[in-house]
Amino acid sequence: MLSTSLTMSDLLFLLHGAWVTLQLTFWAMLLGTIAGVVFGLLRALMPNASRPLGWVLDAFRSVPLLIQFVLFNSLKSIVGLDWSAFAVGCIVLGVYSAAFCTEIVRSGVLAVPMTVRRAARSLGLTYSQDLRYIVFPMATRIAFPGWLNVVLSTMKDTALVMWIGIIELLRASQIVVTRIQEPLLVLCIAGLIYYVISLVVSRLGARLETRWQEND
Amino acid sequence: MIEINKVHKSFGDLEVIKGVDLTVDKGEVVSIIGGSGSGKSTLLMCINGLEKIQSGSIRVDGTEVHDKGTDINKLRQKIGIVFQQWNAFPHLTVLENVMLAPRKVLGKSRAEAEEVAVNQLNHVGLGDKIKVFPGTLSGGQQQRMAIARALAMSPDYMLFDEATSALDPQLVGEVLDTVRMLADDGMTMVLVTHEIHFARDVSDRVAFFRNGLVHEIGTPDQVINNPQKPETIAFLKSVS
Ligand SMILES: Nc1ncnc2c1ncn2[C@@H]1O[C@H](COP(=O)(O)OP(=O)(O)OP(=O)(O)O)[C@@H](O)[C@H]1O
Ligand SMILES: [Mg+2]
Repeated sequence: MLSTSLTMSDLLFLLHGAWVTLQLTFWAMLLGTIAGVVFGLLRALMPNASRPLGWVLDAFRSVPLLIQFVLFNSLKSIVGLDWSAFAVGCIVLGVYSAAFCTEIVRSGVLAVPMTVRRAARSLGLTYSQDLRYIVFPMATRIAFPGWLNVVLSTMKDTALVMWIGIIELLRASQIVVTRIQEPLLVLCIAGLIYYVISLVVSRLGARLETRWQEND
Repeated sequence: MIEINKVHKSFGDLEVIKGVDLTVDKGEVVSIIGGSGSGKSTLLMCINGLEKIQSGSIRVDGTEVHDKGTDINKLRQKIGIVFQQWNAFPHLTVLENVMLAPRKVLGKSRAEAEEVAVNQLNHVGLGDKIKVFPGTLSGGQQQRMAIARALAMSPDYMLFDEATSALDPQLVGEVLDTVRMLADDGMTMVLVTHEIHFARDVSDRVAFFRNGLVHEIGTPDQVINNPQKPETIAFLKSVS
């Protein structure tokens, strides 16, 4: 008979960590998606004017997230901002995912064939009507799988916020491991929770995609 | 009436149209034939302002297409254009493809736009396909949908740019029949085409394009049956 000292309250502690992970992912993706759509459109529709923006976002994409967390956290102290660690976590993750979303939106918009846009304009649709009724819906379908990948990787990247003192799922499991000294069991449970979250997200995404694909 | 006067058009350093003069009267069908790269597609795009011109003028019913003050979206409502690639809007059903511009550009109600769209789709023989998405249609059907989409704006002019050259041979006929039907209805049309026999049958006049210029123009009998210029003769030989 397997015996374990994992208690019900440890399990609840883990689930609470998972809830923090979900919240971080949600707010980071909300910020990242809104900013990514705006920036991605700018990059696609005004490539020259928005080039400096591209450089800045490149920096955010290339510098490891951990460094960004630590840097932003120290910056916060220097400037004297009174933000919670949770807010810092959301903003840094949000900016990081915005950098990726920007690229995804940009390539989605550019993937809409010029000939289709011409056909739309030839019917008398204005520039903005073409964007609204043709480019956005088509680009959304093209960009969606890439966006879903960003959601999943952001969810896993939330683990890094433990470095600025937030107890999310991974940090919670470490705490439990330290106490009961059963790393295998605890990490399996944590891994399972991550897996279930990812599964739900990708299933929902796949369902949306098949609904679109039935149309093609 | 479409009046094209001494139009020049360049892409960067490459001059593609080098002073074209061409007039298309109301009710007339003019075909443009000519080799690849001679500027046929570019000219069509200039007629409805999808491409800018460097000099000369294009007037449609007296309105200067390339004038700053011209409401180009308004002008485009009366010029339908059908391209070689059929350019369906893949996220919309066949019916929605055709309804979109009447609703958003002409401001028709949903019911009015639907009535127009269904009529046009029946007209081109797609009455039983209105609920499907264009991705499920054959090339010929998608091209007929594109024609219906243009016709739903009740244009006074229709421009066709090699509407059949991306189609499998067995699908060409159905699209040509649709164009022929329009010609019989008295639609004013400019057809860029590689189908010489078809051009001879439906056109009032045929223009042979070469190096960005109208090289020879006249009735189908003159240009296709009895071409005068050696280049026209050579071209016709090469495509027959
Ligand atoms: N957007 C563009 N930018 C630069 N060059 C272009 C562009 N569009 C067309 N051209 C060039 O202009 C010339 C004329 O092109 P156009 O498409 O009008 O020829 P065409 O007579 O329609 O030929 P085809 O029978 O092959 O369709 C070609 O040399 C082409 O490479
Ligand atoms: Mg062409």
